[in-house]
Amino acid sequence: MSAAAFKTYRPPVMDVSEEGDELLEVAMGPHHPSTHGVFRMDVALDGERVVKLKPVFGYLHRNHEKIAEKASYLAAMPYTDRLDYFCSLTNNWAYALAVEKLAGLEVPERAEYIRVITAELTRIQNHASAIGFLMQEMGASGTPLMYAFREREKILDLFEELTGSRMMCNYMRFGGCRVELPGGWLDKVKVIVAGLPQFIDETEKLLTGNEILMARSQGVGILKPDLAVNAGVTGVMLRCTGVNYDIRKVDRYGIYDRFKFRVPLGDHGDIYDRYMLRVLEMRESIEILKQALKDVPGGPIMDPKSKIRGFRPKPGEAYGRIEAPKGELGFYLISDGSGNPYRYRVRPPSLINLTILEDMCLGQNVADVVLIFGSVDIVLGEVDR
Amino acid sequence: MLGEGILKGLGETAKNFAGSFVSKERLTTVQYPEERVAPIENTRDFPFLVYDGDDKMAGLRCVACQICEKECPPKCIYIVKSTDKKPDYVGKPQIYPARFDIDISVCMSCQICVEVCPFEAIKMDTEFELSTTDRFGGLLFDRDHLSKSNEHYHKIHPTEASEVDARLAEEKAKAEAKAKAAAEAAAAKAAAAATAPTAKPVPAKEPGA
Repeated sequence: MSAAAFKTYRPPVMDVSEEGDELLEVAMGPHHPSTHGVFRMDVALDGERVVKLKPVFGYLHRNHEKIAEKASYLAAMPYTDRLDYFCSLTNNWAYALAVEKLAGLEVPERAEYIRVITAELTRIQNHASAIGFLMQEMGASGTPLMYAFREREKILDLFEELTGSRMMCNYMRFGGCRVELPGGWLDKVKVIVAGLPQFIDETEKLLTGNEILMARSQGVGILKPDLAVNAGVTGVMLRCTGVNYDIRKVDRYGIYDRFKFRVPLGDHGDIYDRYMLRVLEMRESIEILKQALKDVPGGPIMDPKSKIRGFRPKPGEAYGRIEAPKGELGFYLISDGSGNPYRYRVRPPSLINLTILEDMCLGQNVADVVLIFGSVDIVLGEVDR
Repeated sequence: MLGEGILKGLGETAKNFAGSFVSKERLTTVQYPEERVAPIENTRDFPFLVYDGDDKMAGLRCVACQICEKECPPKCIYIVKSTDKKPDYVGKPQIYPARFDIDISVCMSCQICVEVCPFEAIKMDTEFELSTTDRFGGLLFDRDHLSKSNEHYHKIHPTEASEVDARLAEEKAKAEAKAKAAAEAAAAKAAAAATAPTAKPVPAKEPGA
């Protein structure tokens, strides 16, 4: 563009409203405090009302899939921790499940129990902090979030003791788990699980009946069930609309068929339902944990057929999916018989749950956009990969 | 009543505020540089190389097989093999790493190198206060910096280290038994060879006779 042309250049007007007024175009993010990382929403506003919303992402793209195709099967495991860095253990499980399907490995019963325990602990800490962040965006600056983090900290200490790292656990392996439980770990889990209902009760006392929370979230960001199903939305986002779809119940992967638990369903599909569902899911996770902790069997934690070095599954393809705290997390792998996958694809719940963001935000106020975005519960590491 | 929920919630925060003065349950933070939480045994941070005994060079377990270099997901390990050999822990001559560098600004602490190492030579350290003003040289650890004694390993991961020691001692005993058996077999063979010349010519002559 020449200097003269630049001087007279005006950015094109995005659109005009029905009344013919010019719309105001606002870029929320990528450094907006509400965006959970680096995410931009190009919002067109008519007054305070949102008439158009364009999500822009890719700021955190790390080429995860291509790196995994160039590295060995094992070397992709630590990278899965970094997808949804809040729930690295469920990410590990989904990837391990896909490779186990591909290679025909069987997981010993003890390892299955450990997987369920770690996954449910992950779900609890994810939901606790998701509620905390939602409140943060509502203006409750820090208090509910810090209460949630206090609880999360206890669970992260358990993870550190078991896996060596608080967040980047890198714990599960193809055909089992990496290391045996340290002595007394299960007792510590039992103590912390016994203390969790009190934390949830306190959270509920603090938030559930709160008039500000109800006024801000009830009837806001409504998602219709047919749209949610058509868009492939999963997890809490889908269940808040009343669709009964939990992969723990549908696929019964691992040993989830042995545990008795209920799947909480929403009715209205608004933000308040999503908040409430997370609280209820935490309570159900505690139930699962109590049942799982009761009878952890002894025995090996690795399939003897599994190899650390020189792991080469036979040619074929496999799709492993689990109910991650944020929705259906799937890994699709194609093997050509070599040491690294021919194709490696992640089906991230965060990205697919974001696709309906505009539909939920249209006609809402700017301040509600922040809330609606927060209620989707995403992690940008998983959106951009 | 409108506002009842808010008041109830404020009661909860008041309980937490008051409780933070008396109960450890409600005040979980520590004043970090002065106060520290107890280290957790399994904690891992960055890799280090284990050596036995007192001499860093003579006791180094690493044989520069380069498996960790190949398997490392972010490729932060750089190894140059030596041209000469030195004896390893069972006394077998092995090559050793002439250079062993780990760029810990790239390392992501995944401990895959530890898992794939067949010689128990690389383990995870727990030291985390590594900040430096030298961005490049200060975060590139060479072989000397990385080598740490087996005692240090015992200090940071006692359970795991004793397991490793037991495994290595077993392997060493096996290797020694094998060497002994081989030596015995060789001696027997030599003895047989010493007695053979008198016995062998007899059948050799038969076809001619």
